[in-house]
Amino acid sequence: MDNGELIPHLFRTEYRKIVSVLCRRFGFDEIETAEDIASETFLTATQAWGLNSIPKNPTAWLYNVAKNKARNYLQRHYTFENKITPELKNNVGTIPGDDIDLSPQNINDSQLQMMFTICNPAISPEAQIGLSLRILCGFGIDEVAAAFLTNKESIYKRLLRAKERLREEKISIELPPAPEIDERLERVLATIYLLFNEGYYSVSQNKTLRKDLCLEAIRLCIMLVENKSTNKPQVNALLALMCFHASRFEARVNENGELILYEEQDTSLWNTDLVSKGGYFLTCAASGNKISKYHLEAGIAYWNTQKDDTKEKWENILQFYNRLLQIKYSPIAALNRTYALSKANGKHEAIKEAEKLQLTDNHFYFTLLGELYTEVDDGKAKINFTKAVSLARTQADKQAIQRKIDRL
Amino acid sequence: MLMRLDIITKEAQPSPEQMQVYMKQYQDWVGSIAAQNKFIGGKGLSTEGKVCKHNNVETDGPYAEIKESLAGFIMIRANDFEEATSFARACPILGGEGNSVEVRKVVMHGNS
Repeated sequence: MDNGELIPHLFRTEYRKIVSVLCRRFGFDEIETAEDIASETFLTATQAWGLNSIPKNPTAWLYNVAKNKARNYLQRHYTFENKITPELKNNVGTIPGDDIDLSPQNINDSQLQMMFTICNPAISPEAQIGLSLRILCGFGIDEVAAAFLTNKESIYKRLLRAKERLREEKISIELPPAPEIDERLERVLATIYLLFNEGYYSVSQNKTLRKDLCLEAIRLCIMLVENKSTNKPQVNALLALMCFHASRFEARVNENGELILYEEQDTSLWNTDLVSKGGYFLTCAASGNKISKYHLEAGIAYWNTQKDDTKEKWENILQFYNRLLQIKYSPIAALNRTYALSKANGKHEAIKEAEKLQLTDNHFYFTLLGELYTEVDDGKAKINFTKAVSLARTQADKQAIQRKIDRL
Repeated sequence: MLMRLDIITKEAQPSPEQMQVYMKQYQDWVGSIAAQNKFIGGKGLSTEGKVCKHNNVETDGPYAEIKESLAGFIMIRANDFEEATSFARACPILGGEGNSVEVRKVVMHGNS
């Protein structure tokens, strides 16, 4: 790796660590100072390393520079404070700044605490994802903007407002106490899953960026699993779920960025390593007596890694959807349940159930009805597909449904 | 909806395999209601229990006096009694003789 690649790479992996450690030391109030010092550290590196003088241990070099900059800042701050409030002078024995701890343990703790700080319901889910990308994943502002399909200015403003809001809430950077962990984790897991979905289902054509979003979500979840107090069944379940989904990442989009339907995917592109990792975490998730929605979704995702249409597969998927819907209703889960029902118990039963859903503003609903009526009553299939075409929002969706009509 | 069935008599005890079939039928039924966004909540009840009565009398469950006992309940959202009753009619426990599903309206206080 030469200098041209090394610095962006290090920025991605080290910026977030420096910001988390410094911010934890300074307090959330001074998050911008922490960000500035981390950015300046990389600027210094770019200037000092030039093209050929990369230090032996670039990471240690960065940490040293960041530490020095932080120390300078704290000393300036200290002097200023002492001019205004001289009585403090006698109370502080040591010069501040010697306690900046960039050890692996403290880096990990700081990042974990930062995760709980950012994933706070005081700010909107989009703001949580934006801040997570910037501070926990080391994305540049332009990359965050690309992920949200918007411009740098509005992302910059959105992040600024979010930080302002967290400051107003006086949120401290710490792990929640043990009795609150489950409740607070829910928020963190929701943000991680949103981050993953942002990559998995995003309309962005940039495949590399989308994959990065998914991998970053997985990385954040692994950090939770690696920490004893946050290594909970539901965290393992979410991790399993994301591994199962991500296993099809290469197969579900073609070179033009177009989605390839599940049935038409090249299974040789499915990542078996991720499938077995998912299996491992799903086993880890099977402790305790609470079943989260992530457990159920991971169960469904597991069966979707099995391409063969077996009775067992669809019966299991149906049962997971039955239970998922009892925890949390969503139209898409209701539609998927009905599809699983048709595979498990046959089309006639599924048609009866589908007609009850009455999701009449949803093009997926009419597409499903069309599918179910196909070969049972092609006339009704056509009526439903035609309704679906009229409700579909994108040209690609309309064309995909039209092809189904043509095939009748 | 209150589901009552005979869960005490020895002969009425299902085998583990039967139990699995019953659970599947039950889950399919509740799943169908939930898929219509009409499921609010509910629980199955274990066979253990105590009954406290007037004059400090306590017994182990209501089972000595009636064969049918409360096995579970769910709360649903329905437009009217007719819709609620049609859900109840489809409940798989009705396949067993003597079992019943009671449909009752939850009394709302304050707002209507």
